[in-house]
Amino acid sequence: MGLFSKKNKEALNTPLFKENPVTIQVLGICSALAVTSKLEPAIVMGLSVTIIVAMANVIISLIRNTIPNRIRIIIQLVVVAALVTLVSEVLKAFAYDVSVQLSVYIGLIITNCILMGRLEAFAMQNKPWPSFLDGIGNGVGYAMILVIVAFFRELFGSGTLLNYPLFEKLGLYELGYLNNGLMLMTPAAFILIACIVWYQRAKDKSLQE
Amino acid sequence: MAAKKYVCKVCGYVHEGNDAPGVCPLCKAGASEFEAVKAPKKGLDTNSDIYAILYSVVVVVIVAFLLAGVSSALKPKQDANVELDKKKQILASLNERNLPDAAATYDALIVADPIVDAQGNTVAENGGFKVANDAVSESNLPLYIAKLADGSKKYIIPMTGNGLWGGIWGYLALNDDCNTIYGVYFSHASETPGLGAEIASDKFQSRFPGREVYRDGNVALTIVKKVTDETVEVNAISGATITCNGVNDMLQRKLAPYKAYLSANAPVVEPVAVEPAAIVEPATAEAEAQEKVEE
Repeated sequence: MGLFSKKNKEALNTPLFKENPVTIQVLGICSALAVTSKLEPAIVMGLSVTIIVAMANVIISLIRNTIPNRIRIIIQLVVVAALVTLVSEVLKAFAYDVSVQLSVYIGLIITNCILMGRLEAFAMQNKPWPSFLDGIGNGVGYAMILVIVAFFRELFGSGTLLNYPLFEKLGLYELGYLNNGLMLMTPAAFILIACIVWYQRAKDKSLQE
Repeated sequence: MAAKKYVCKVCGYVHEGNDAPGVCPLCKAGASEFEAVKAPKKGLDTNSDIYAILYSVVVVVIVAFLLAGVSSALKPKQDANVELDKKKQILASLNERNLPDAAATYDALIVADPIVDAQGNTVAENGGFKVANDAVSESNLPLYIAKLADGSKKYIIPMTGNGLWGGIWGYLALNDDCNTIYGVYFSHASETPGLGAEIASDKFQSRFPGREVYRDGNVALTIVKKVTDETVEVNAISGATITCNGVNDMLQRKLAPYKAYLSANAPVVEPVAVEPAAIVEPATAEAEAQEKVEE
């Protein structure tokens, strides 16, 4: 089996659109609401989740045949929690500023359902390499949605992008534009995610139920 | 050992016996479609209780040692980072931000870190930096004294409190009249980005300098929705009411105990004379500079 056989490519590609973890599998919604009022934390969260899903997938896949079936969820949880703690310790030692910015989000990763979902649904049945690709695919699929939502929320909620005061520079405020406070609240994330789900299903009829 | 198991590749039917059945009772597939199920390895029955218990113990022990090892190996580096970060935050209250070498600047600017008490006595001349947040009490109040490049003296008060989701903290630098704010720094553990988290922004912190802290023996500095008194009130952040209340509460609780020490150290202010020209007090470099501007 080649490194990028058809099946492996599928493991990498489908989570980006057809089986997007947020909009189709409906995993990781809570963090998609919590960290998307600014673009920067959304990008960082997407990156960290991608790395951790991929690593956890590989580890679980390596030991999948030895895991007792009845306690598999706990074992998965231990692996995820250990990984997250490790990453946060290393960040604290070598990239303190980043770890300060990430403080909450790192902890949130443990509770992110994408991790458990992918470990249970994919890594438990597949070899390490496809599992790694699946992790990357799902992480990127998740990050994509986060970035799209955060882009609109930060742009219309604060008038900035990555803290760059775009609307101010464009002079929109002088034309009478006001920042939309709703965009900074959680409901805006629901509405935006719903819009993405709508667009996706309108484009691909096979996704409609 | 018990009879072998054969599984039908077409429908998944499992047959138990020494040989594959001639035909599948479910889907009528031939014997060639049957495959022997490999017997599990001896002693590795992954479904037994003992295996599950041993497995979890081993996993937990491995993870525990791994984390403990990493944590203790990285501890000195992390502590150094935390210390440096604290220095950066203290300097941020002096409006010294984004420094290339914060440790050197800290050593140059902060001349003392005494510990004082709520009665106004100095408990220790130095060592305030080492006081842990939870060790701060009425008799153990850390304070930082800074001497800026222009010779003016600033008092920096550390503060901790609670926001909406988690802890908030900050440093407040006072001019040498011990009442007017020179600069502030706030930070937080987990306030909502875009709302409560804005207390860490320059935009919010720049509202403080020039405001007064104490009035009539009480902490008068407050964060309000609508400023009516420019001398002690600061505009809140809309949408972040609970975080702003937390900041308010923190200011009230943490600044009050320093009152005695600060008023004992404040320069005696002459009652304002009728003619401003009558003030001969040389005052500080800053006041002089201010006078020049006014002239």
